[in-house]
Amino acid sequence: MQPQTETELAEMIRAAPGPLAIRGGGTRPIGTPPAGEALSVAGLTGVSLYEPGALTLVVKAGTPLAEVEAVLADEGQRLPFEPMDHRALLGTKGTPTIGGVVAANVSGPRRVQAGACRDSLIGVRYVDGMGTAIKNGGRVMKNVTGYDLVKLMAGSYGTLGVLTEVAFKVLPAPGATATIRANGLDEATAVRAMSAALGSPFEVNGAAHHSDRHADQAVTLLRIEGFSESVAYRANALCELLKPYGDWQVAEVDWSRFRDVAPFVGQPSDVWRLSVKPSDAPGLVALADPLDALFDWGGGLVWLRVTEGTDLRADLGRFAGHATLIRAADETKTRLGVFHPEPAPLAKISDGLRAKFDPRGILNPGLMG
Amino acid sequence: MQMPEPNTSILASKGRIVARLQEVLPKAAVISEESETRAYECDALTAYRCPPLAAVLPSTTQEVSAVLRICHEEGVPVVPRGSGTSLAGGALPTADCVILGVAKMNAVLETDYDNRFIRVQTGRTNLSVTGAVEENGFFYAPDPSSQLACAIAGNIAMNSGGAHCLKYGVTTNNLLGATVVLMDGTVVEMGGAYLDAGGLDLLGVICGSEGQLGVVTEATLRILPKPEGARPVLMGFASNEVAGECVSDIIKAGVLPVAIEFMDRPCIEACEAFAHAGYPMCEALLIVEVEGSPAEIDEQLGLILQIARRHDPVELRESQSEEESARIWLGRKSAFGAMGQINDYMCLDGTIPVTSLPLVLRRIGELSKQYGLGVANVFHAGDGNMHPLILFDANKPGDLELCEAMGAEILRLCVEVGGCLTGEHGVGIEKRDLMVDQFDPLDMEAQMAVKDVFDPDWLLNPAKVFPLASSEARRATRMAAE
Repeated sequence: MQPQTETELAEMIRAAPGPLAIRGGGTRPIGTPPAGEALSVAGLTGVSLYEPGALTLVVKAGTPLAEVEAVLADEGQRLPFEPMDHRALLGTKGTPTIGGVVAANVSGPRRVQAGACRDSLIGVRYVDGMGTAIKNGGRVMKNVTGYDLVKLMAGSYGTLGVLTEVAFKVLPAPGATATIRANGLDEATAVRAMSAALGSPFEVNGAAHHSDRHADQAVTLLRIEGFSESVAYRANALCELLKPYGDWQVAEVDWSRFRDVAPFVGQPSDVWRLSVKPSDAPGLVALADPLDALFDWGGGLVWLRVTEGTDLRADLGRFAGHATLIRAADETKTRLGVFHPEPAPLAKISDGLRAKFDPRGILNPGLMG
Repeated sequence: MQMPEPNTSILASKGRIVARLQEVLPKAAVISEESETRAYECDALTAYRCPPLAAVLPSTTQEVSAVLRICHEEGVPVVPRGSGTSLAGGALPTADCVILGVAKMNAVLETDYDNRFIRVQTGRTNLSVTGAVEENGFFYAPDPSSQLACAIAGNIAMNSGGAHCLKYGVTTNNLLGATVVLMDGTVVEMGGAYLDAGGLDLLGVICGSEGQLGVVTEATLRILPKPEGARPVLMGFASNEVAGECVSDIIKAGVLPVAIEFMDRPCIEACEAFAHAGYPMCEALLIVEVEGSPAEIDEQLGLILQIARRHDPVELRESQSEEESARIWLGRKSAFGAMGQINDYMCLDGTIPVTSLPLVLRRIGELSKQYGLGVANVFHAGDGNMHPLILFDANKPGDLELCEAMGAEILRLCVEVGGCLTGEHGVGIEKRDLMVDQFDPLDMEAQMAVKDVFDPDWLLNPAKVFPLASSEARRATRMAAE
């Protein structure tokens, strides 16, 4: 099913006799694969409103992400949160949609400074499991009128409602970018260096580290953006500040490789995503003893590549944060659960919300566990 | 403002309820004498008052949990209270409620500069969070005007903003985790010292829920390194419209100042008389502040001044010293105090798309004439969050009602142009009955369904946020159950 309007979508959900598998571009098959008739929002496209002078963009959920980024680029603006492209990592084809980005709360390296997708999201329209169209938030960046269901919809993977329109606070794209790089740092030193950089006033908005664990070719990267003179000034200041951790040089770097976890592409193994306190990251990675590890967000985000079927959560034991199984065989996803198990009182609230928003349990049932 | 009739069976059981609360709290932490409960009869929306049944001042999460368990068993409504600075009546009691104040819970629990967070008890004031980390070069970004007094608990409840959120976001963008006590006494942890809590974003729902879903007792907050420096520039313009256009052009040009503040003539005059900041007498003033190293500041201000000159400013004053910066901010920061000196006022908080600024300011001027009440405008222009101050005389019969009616018209106008009723103060009781102008019944039903899950008996902070008629059926179910 592929409705062309929100009204059609609402009718289809009202009339649905059983479960629905909601999709945008189908490029991010994260979660336990839901059974059900496919319902695509790819037909709901177009920019509803764009006011560069108010830093506001409102767009239909099925609009291709590339189209959104092009519209913004024409005015020298961008989405602040640098959404990742999952296609190469997950071996999917198709066209990523802006609704899919929101449903999975997808953010990239800049999240460490500019916030996640959910932080830029200022309004939503969605159709709930009863076929009712609901709006929340709006098109202004400061809005505390009523409960914030905008945040709730971001990262709910279509289990609470089907997004039809999303509104963002956007930002000016800076004129210049620079990256500084140090080679050969071990993981603990790299995380300490990234913490020192992110704790400096030099507005670092990318902090990543990768070492091919066999080849011992570690790179640590820090990104600065802004006006050209100021970028040069801050790059120099950072190189100086971080001398105790290694030798830093300005380098040409394609950040999309880190954003999209390119080193893991085409390697047959499971991929996990850890959100942790940065200083805990090196110790947890040592416990996990993975085939490969990539650190983003100054160590707050760790991508791990492990042998197929590994129960990473069992290896790590209790820790502050959460582990999500991003890429694995369906059998592994079902056995281990994709999302980190919640403590009972939180799980009760989440289940309660799903029962309210989707009483028939037809929207991506079981996807989030 | 209508409030529901108190539950007479609760009023009659006061003795038993107080005795039970005294069993789980130190003696001094339970306040039940009428002469003392009066201290909690209102918040900063002083036009409405009602002493509570009792007030409690717990010191730990466990004590909060014990209090809520008792109130849950007794079916007693609970009104959580931070510092009581709400301008929206967010902490207004009902006669049959227990006020749960977190003021005693003000400890710093953990400071971690490597991972850039601080964990505090939520009774701690906003400014003292920054106070705890500034020696190490960090700060907590949300900065509501009341930051000297307001508590983190209230900031989380209302998702507070401030002057600098154009760059740093509001409370929800700086809140990493929370310890939340549900109405039945269950203690839950949401998020923590890491980014993006797993599962559904419940933390995002708690923030801004006006104390109606749970009581937040501890919070993990993101702290940021202080910028190398900051410098404001003062600009005067011949009309509100021109100043509005200038704001829009600055944003479009790719500069992102940390703050863009707007004041109109009535406000400039009052501030000048009060604070003697040396403001030029003109129709509209902008204070634009940028941050960074001296060279970065020069570069950004250069661009901003170039844009401003295209709008024929009557005054451009770039600060040359710390002292001059302080003077530029002095008038703005004393605006509310200055207005309070000359009049009673009601402060609105609607947000509009920045591009609608000239239209909305013109309409407010017309409404001011129509109602015969003065209005001064002072607000965060970069993000469209307006604070019209409507001047009235509290001693003149009918003036408050007239002022409220005019306020409602201004807020409806904000919604009409694509904005909202409240940008940072919250709905509380003040804007409760205007919710129908922004949301249709089904939109509100979706929000009320969230409350059903967290607080099925609708005991937490009753009669706020949703119009009484909308929530009546749910509250009636509770009454019937008793």
